[in-house]
This record gives sequence, structure tokens and C-alpha cells, in this order.
Amino acid sequence: MPDVTIDKNHCKGCGLCVEVCPQGILSMSKELTVRGYFCAHVHDPSRCIGCRICAITCPDVAIEVHANGTVFNLFEY
Amino acid sequence: MAEQSNAIFSRPESLTETVTHYCPGCTHGVIHRLIAEVLDELDLRERALGIAPVGCSVLAYNYINCDFLEAAHGRAPAFATGFKRLRPDMIVFTYQGDGDLASIGTNEIIHAANRGEKFTTIFINNAVYGMTGGQMAPTTMPGQVTTTCPMGRDVAQVGQPIRIVEMLSALVTPAYLERVAVHTPLHIIKAKRAIKKAFSYQKEGRCFSLVEVLSTCPTNWGKTPYEATEWLNDTMIPYYPLGCLKTPNDCGDE
Amino acid sequence: MAKVLMKGNEAIAEAAIRAGATGYFCYPITPQSEVAEYLVKRMPEIGGVFLQAESEVAVGNMLFGAAATGKRVFTSSSSPGISLMQEAISYIAGAQLPCVIINIVRGGPGLGGILPAQSDYFQATKGGGHGDYRTLVLAPSTVQEAVDLTMQAFYLADKYCNPVMIIGDGMIGQMMEAVEFPEKHTEPELPPKDWATTGAKGRPPNLIKSLFLDPLALEKNNLILDEKYEKMKKEEVRFELYNVKPRNKVLIISYGTIARICETVIDELEAEGYSVGLFRPITVFPFPEKALKKEAIRANIQTVLTVEMSTGQMLEDVERAIAGAKQVKFYGRTGGIVPGPDEVKEQIKKLVSKESSRKPPGKKKD
Repeated sequence: MPDVTIDKNHCKGCGLCVEVCPQGILSMSKELTVRGYFCAHVHDPSRCIGCRICAITCPDVAIEVHANGTVFNLFEY
Repeated sequence: MAEQSNAIFSRPESLTETVTHYCPGCTHGVIHRLIAEVLDELDLRERALGIAPVGCSVLAYNYINCDFLEAAHGRAPAFATGFKRLRPDMIVFTYQGDGDLASIGTNEIIHAANRGEKFTTIFINNAVYGMTGGQMAPTTMPGQVTTTCPMGRDVAQVGQPIRIVEMLSALVTPAYLERVAVHTPLHIIKAKRAIKKAFSYQKEGRCFSLVEVLSTCPTNWGKTPYEATEWLNDTMIPYYPLGCLKTPNDCGDE
Repeated sequence: MAKVLMKGNEAIAEAAIRAGATGYFCYPITPQSEVAEYLVKRMPEIGGVFLQAESEVAVGNMLFGAAATGKRVFTSSSSPGISLMQEAISYIAGAQLPCVIINIVRGGPGLGGILPAQSDYFQATKGGGHGDYRTLVLAPSTVQEAVDLTMQAFYLADKYCNPVMIIGDGMIGQMMEAVEFPEKHTEPELPPKDWATTGAKGRPPNLIKSLFLDPLALEKNNLILDEKYEKMKKEEVRFELYNVKPRNKVLIISYGTIARICETVIDELEAEGYSVGLFRPITVFPFPEKALKKEAIRANIQTVLTVEMSTGQMLEDVERAIAGAKQVKFYGRTGGIVPGPDEVKEQIKKLVSKESSRKPPGKKKD
């Protein structure tokens, strides 16, 4: 199952990834990062389809996506 | 994509690890990544020279992992011309905002394009001066409020926003000119294709290439990051139509 | 008039309005964008013209055009922007037009930094553009003085038909201080501006230019300009003395923000038994040469210390004025660093032996 990791050091809590996730599994955590931002986090990793749209949208390249065997080659990027 | 374990999306090699100074939600960061991905995919990083402007992206040299020059305000195309003419083998790109290119630097970009200088310009249009605190830019939209048009841009007083790509496409010299945007995932994907095409034309030594990228400025637009993407879509795109306005083939240049 | 707490940039903008300025052209640049952001609202209130240009090159040339109307016009910018205006300033001086240019100086060279500095002294006083010309240059050290000098600048520009420059720095521009504007702005009488190109109706056409192909004519123009600069040297020199006493051991020469810091240093040193005086030029062109020499050659003065936020530019004018009569030392910080009083105090203590007569020998305080 694909997984999405969000780098707390880079995330500025802008919330754009939350808006664009087609599965709606991202949200802003209540946890403050060391930089004082509310960091984004995946609240339901099981429904992630590895589409990479969150990572493509993130202005701070805070998101890395791993296929872990399941590769949905939805589009060329 | 860097071949690490089974990562299907990770930080491109041409992008440093440095956390950017850009405001949360500012899409400068997306555009930096697209350039870095293109430098990786076309294997250009080690012979690339970036030229940073004066403005928010003056610090681009901390983020894009190749040689850089930091140019005087608006003069990056002249820097690029001087360098590229002496080292045509190097891949030279300028990264300029609208205050830099569409205002103080219009003279330089017009003549660089008209001479057909073989470098690439990535022109960021966010309709405002960001670094100096949100003043009106030549690309500020009619009625848009900024610190130097607090009652909204009055086109009767200061004219209409400048469409740079259209203006440059009036030049006869062959060039690749396209306008893209980065406010939605779909637009980001298309923007990357245009940036890749621009760098490819340069790699072939074909023509001058410029990609205008409509970008958000949540802080100086006074909007949340997502509202900013909506404003860009609803207000800027109708005035700044997206698409390719010129390719070197259009002018019968073989 | 009541005192108002104002940011330096905004106080300068209001001062220009009070001095009758009706034309302002600008371009955004830190640390003085607030002048523009204030005037975009204030200029329309008095029916004046506010315009943000495409570049400072355009600003300088808009200033030339606007000055030709005979109205009071000005601009404000900061170091890199002022560099772009140098050609226009040379033209304005050559064509003998009045205007005021505010330079809120920041660290240089090149893009430099955005913090306070005094590294544009040469450019301002020796002429950053081409040709034999000078600008009258005033250097305020407080926000109130910036207001007063800005108002005087418009009068002086009209009096000499020449650009007048105010060199503040990032500190003066960004700092808030209480300021007072005069109830009514009064000025000595000035001749009418018959030279303005306001339409050849009932008179032969006016021509404002700096081109003189005939060398004799160009020389004549240069001599006319030079005459004005000599007149400025006679009539417009301004400076201030602080704690200047016969027993001064050291004379500090400093202007603008750093002169204020030196006043604190002088007070503290006086309490510690070191007597130090301050000579503060207010006009840096015309430089107060005679007055400085007179103070510097006094008997007890061991050393003259120039303190600047640069690597030493006014230093050359000080050395020229004192012409070897006394030892001239220099202390400066650059890059936008504003030295604190302790730093300058340390420098002075190194330079001079303390006055032992007034203090019992055993009582040293370091």
C-alpha cells in the first residue's frame, strides 16, 4: 500500500495538499512543528492510492510518496 | 525521479534541502521544484547557470542546486546574454518576478528576445511586488488593492496590466513563448511540460524561450493559500490566457 | 502645532507636502517604500501628482520633466535606486532645474543589504553622474531634523535651481520619533520661475537643455554652475557642535544617525574624565571646511576622530579640511551594522590619555 511521508521540517501548514487530495485523507494536525506551523498529516493512510497529487502541489516539497509495491501509474509526471 | 527504494515522488537532486523563506502557500516553491525536476530529467544540472532577480526569489540560489548569478534589478536577461554568448555550451536560465521583468526589466527582456538569445527565462507573474511589501506591479489586476494603489488599480490612471508573452510574441525573431499557471495540480503538471520544452529548445540551441508562470502571493493578496489559488483562477486567468503563443516553427525557422 | 509620533519615511513625506511639493515619482525599494505608501493617499488630498514608475531611471527622468513645470517635485529612493538616477541628476543639474531627492541609504555596494549605512557619501557629495556638477546635500540625524531639512531642501532647490539631496539612512527612515510641523511654512522671497516651459504665450519660447555643442557655451554653462556651488559654500554651510569645550582632548566628526550615538558616548566619557567634543556637519556639500578647521586646531585637541557607517568617505573631506594640522583617525562599521556607544567609547579611550588633573589618580574606572 503506498505511503505518504510529510517532512515536519519543511511543511509550513499552508493546507494546499489537504484541498487537492482526491481521497480526502489529508488534514492539518494540531501538532506544532519546531517552526511553529500546524503540520499536515495523513489521517487515513489505508485509502491512499499513491497518485502523488499532494506532493505535486506542495510548495515546499515536504511530501514524499512511496509505492510499496502497488504502482498506480495514473499519469506521466 | 531519483531512483530511491520505491519512491514515486521525492525531492529532485537539483533542489537543495534548504527550507525556503517563501511564505506558506507561495507557489514560487512549486516552480523551483519544476525547474529542478527538468534539470534532473534533461541531465543539465552540472552545466546549468541560474540567474536570480531582485525580489522574493532573489534567494533562489539557496534552493536550486546549480551555479548562480544574482542580478541587478531587471537586468538578468543582460547578465544571461553576456554569459551565454561566451559560453553557449552552458544552459543559462533567468528566474524573474513581474516587478523585475515586467517593470524595470522590460527593456532588457525585449531586446534579449529580439536578438534571439539562446537562454531560458522563467517569468513569475504574481501581480504584485512581494519582497518590498506588496506594491502595485505592471501586472497588478484592475481593481486589485496594493500598498501603492490602496483604492484598487485605476486603469484610467495607470493603464492596463501588461501581457508580457503577448507583447514578446509580436517580435519577429523566432522564440518559444508560453504562459502557464501553478495554482492546481493539473496546471502544475502542464507547467512542467512547458518548462521542459523551454529547456529542451535551449539544449538544442534552437531559440530564446520564455515561460510566464501565473503564481500566487497569499501574503500580499491578503488571502489564504487556497483562496489565492481561487483568485488566480477566477481573476488572473481570464485576463492572462494560458497557452503557447509562439514556437520557433511558427516563423518558418527550420 | 502638536507633536506627532511618526515613522521617519512618513514624516519626510509629510514635510515635502508641507513645503509645497505637488509632484512625487517613485519606485518600490526597501527601506523607504513607506514614503510612497504614505504619499499615494496624501498627494491626492492636496491635488498633487503621485506616480510609481517602471524603474528609478524613469523616475529620475520624470523628475526632470516635472521640474520643467516650475512646480516643486521630488522623489525618494535608496542607494541602488539612487545610482540609477545619477544620469538624470546630472542632466537636471546641467539644465539648472530644481528638485529634491531623498536617499534613505542602505548597505552597499551592489545589492548590498537593507540596513542603515552612510556609504553613499561620495556619490552624493562628489557627484555620481558625469560632468562638473554638484548637488547640495543635507544630512539629518533625527526624524525632526529630517522634516526640517526636507522643507528647507525645496527652498534651496528653487534658490539655486539645482537638485538638492537629503541623505538619511535606514534608521532615520524606519525609526518613529515625535515630530512637529510648523503651523505655517514660511520662506524668504524667491524670484518667479520665468524659465518654466509653460507655453510660449506672450513671450519667446523657453528652452531647457544641457546640450551645448559650442565648447565656449558649454564652458560658460559650467562656470555658471560653478558660481552657484561657490555661493552655496559661502551661504549654505550648516553644522552643529556638541560639548565643544577648550579642554576637549578629542574632536569627533560624524553626521546623521551615528553622530547621535557619539553624543551618548561623549556624555558617558565626560563623566569618566575624558573630554570629547563633536563636530556634526549638517550640510555635507557644501562641506563645513573652515568651521571644522577652526575647531580641530584648538590647542588641547590631540586627535580628530571621524566616525562613519562606511569604510571612510567623509574622512577624505575631513583630511582635506584639516590638511595635516592634526592627526586624523577613523572608526567605522559597514554592512548595515550600527555601532553601539560602548564600541565607539573603546576606540576613544585607546586614542587619548585620560585627564588626570581633575580626578584623584587612584580612581580609575574602566
